[in-house]
Amino acid sequence: MSARLPYALALAGLLSAGQASAQAPVELTMYYPVAVGGALTEVIDGLVADFETEHPDIAVDAIYAGNYDDTRVRAMSAVEAGDAPQLSVMFSIDLYELLEQDVIVAFDEAVETDEEREWLDSFYPALMENGRLDGATYGIPFQRSTIVFYWNKDAFTAAGLDPETPPETWAEMAEMAATIREASGGEQWGVMVPSTGYPYWMFQAFAFQNGHRLMSEDGTEVYFDDPAAIEALEYWVSLADEHGAMPGGTIEWGTLRQNFIEQSTAMMWHSTGNLTAVKNEAGFDFGVAMLPMNTQRGSPTGGGNFYLFKDATAEERRAAMTFIRWMTAPERAATWSIETGYMGVSPAAYETEALRDYVAEFPPAAVARDQLEHATAELATYQGGRVRRALDNAVQAALTGQMTPEAALQQAQREADAALRRYAR
Amino acid sequence: MANRASDRRLQIYGALLLLPAAVLLGTFAYLPTVATLVNSLFLPGFRGAPPEFVGLENYALLIEDRTFWQVARNNLLYALGTIPTAIALALGMALFVNGRLPGRGLVRMAYFTPTVLPMIAAANIWMFFYAPQIGLFNKLLGTLGIAGPNWLGDPAVALTSVIVMTVWKEAGFFMIFYLAALQSIPPELEEAASLEGTGRWSFFWRVTFPLLMPTTLFVLINALINAVRVVDHLFILTKGGPNNATNLLLYYVYENAFSFFDRTYAATITVVILLVLAVVATIKFRVLDRRTHYQ
Repeated sequence: MSARLPYALALAGLLSAGQASAQAPVELTMYYPVAVGGALTEVIDGLVADFETEHPDIAVDAIYAGNYDDTRVRAMSAVEAGDAPQLSVMFSIDLYELLEQDVIVAFDEAVETDEEREWLDSFYPALMENGRLDGATYGIPFQRSTIVFYWNKDAFTAAGLDPETPPETWAEMAEMAATIREASGGEQWGVMVPSTGYPYWMFQAFAFQNGHRLMSEDGTEVYFDDPAAIEALEYWVSLADEHGAMPGGTIEWGTLRQNFIEQSTAMMWHSTGNLTAVKNEAGFDFGVAMLPMNTQRGSPTGGGNFYLFKDATAEERRAAMTFIRWMTAPERAATWSIETGYMGVSPAAYETEALRDYVAEFPPAAVARDQLEHATAELATYQGGRVRRALDNAVQAALTGQMTPEAALQQAQREADAALRRYAR
Repeated sequence: MANRASDRRLQIYGALLLLPAAVLLGTFAYLPTVATLVNSLFLPGFRGAPPEFVGLENYALLIEDRTFWQVARNNLLYALGTIPTAIALALGMALFVNGRLPGRGLVRMAYFTPTVLPMIAAANIWMFFYAPQIGLFNKLLGTLGIAGPNWLGDPAVALTSVIVMTVWKEAGFFMIFYLAALQSIPPELEEAASLEGTGRWSFFWRVTFPLLMPTTLFVLINALINAVRVVDHLFILTKGGPNNATNLLLYYVYENAFSFFDRTYAATITVVILLVLAVVATIKFRVLDRRTHYQ
């Protein structure tokens, strides 16, 4: 049944675009980001080529535009130059900015049939949190992730720990990490949590594990200086300061995977989007688990959604819908998940034969999905750039010892409040 | 009468010759400058409302913006760190490869290679040099038993790390200009000086260095512009962090314009940068021109 679904979708796409097929193909432009390593552009190019074979009446120009920030800049510049793309994969948290710049439309406006309306509800609800606002759906999940916990089983064995038991709690993680650091004679670090690139994202995980959400649902308020948030940042800082288990200063997002692969750290927190690359490159036995907890488990979701841009003809809008439906269909979601480590975005993706077999053979592939029930939306507010930057600075100031966690978060709160003052409802 | 008509024809002829350059400069330099200036007097539109004229309010905000002052200070340190070092190194390298030495072409090429690399590529390479546990520098230090610093992750050393990479990238480019200038110095001068018994050291300071002054002035202005203009490496190395420790003016402009969607504030900072650059360039031309010998 599930295997036949994409075929039906493809057929529907062909029929709906049937009238145009005699003319020149509808041309679509799409920007997309890659935020983790690996040859992800090749995977996208391959998927697009397959789509074009099945849909000769639609030509898709998929343009790799750098990381999430670069992609936003690229797409916004294109819009300003009057050359807006019809669709793009962009950061799920860009929603508020895209709405404020008035460049996207809700999928609710583009769907035509009941079947399509049902499709809007076919994804994991946790992945829809960042894509919905005031009851309308603006983002369809594509390259979505959570933060997962990677551990080096060989290093656990060498330190006399049980290689099959990852830490369950904050206390356990700090203790195990310190044990590994000691057992290696200072050769290996216990744990690394990246603090450049997306520090606010990692901090969100700590805060949520401490039972705290950092923002309101409507994106107009943030709660950075709450005692639970301060406690979370204090724990993060203590991994280096008290437990000596993590190196001091900031830890680079871009080189962290290499650190793990070269065994300079025994554990790391990283996007599940790195999973396939770690699997291919690690010369040791490793495991993947959910992040440890304090009062509850938790991770923010992350990654990129499909957006529909405003400036498109009815024909282009239809073609874009066809393409997005094809790309997020269970079969493709399964392929994409296997090739990258990103999540299959719908329950149906995990029921495809390909992904079911893959998960059976390589259980870490299901961790990000299992963690979804403990997931929270990624930090997204109005004035998101400024608000995230304020929090990034606070996290880095605390980790580098420039400020106490409390003072840093209070300053971030003041900066965020100032940025959001026009949006209070 | 006939004379005046031909005068006018000559003037039109001259104006026409200037026209292409004037149009290009006008379109791509002066018009944007004016537009930036005008933009800096507005607040961005809020929820579809048109931009609001606020006079000098953005400038008042700027003066109170602590991040701006920190970034300006960073940029000053960055300029002081990169410009003299890169110029001294460039001159040293040029003198070295201008002399007779085996494999001269190879050495010249080696010195020039960093210039050819795109900044982004160079930054990606250096990011792995600087990586604290697995990077080249700390591995080398480790063999000597020294625990290296967290080059890009410690606010106390991060800016210096960025400066070092920039010097490495720039010196080779400036060397080319010095090399060309050195080769245009007539060899008779050196012969005459050696007949007079002048030492190499005083020959350099009394003859070579003054003759290189036009090049030094040119390189100095270029280095200054680069210190403000080139921030590509920040995107890769630090993104301005940790906690703005390596943030530079142009990167801050970029952040405001494209991360914070605050174009008018970005325009305000740009205007300030333009003013400062104009003042510094004027001083340089005034002061240094007097000490510069053009042949």
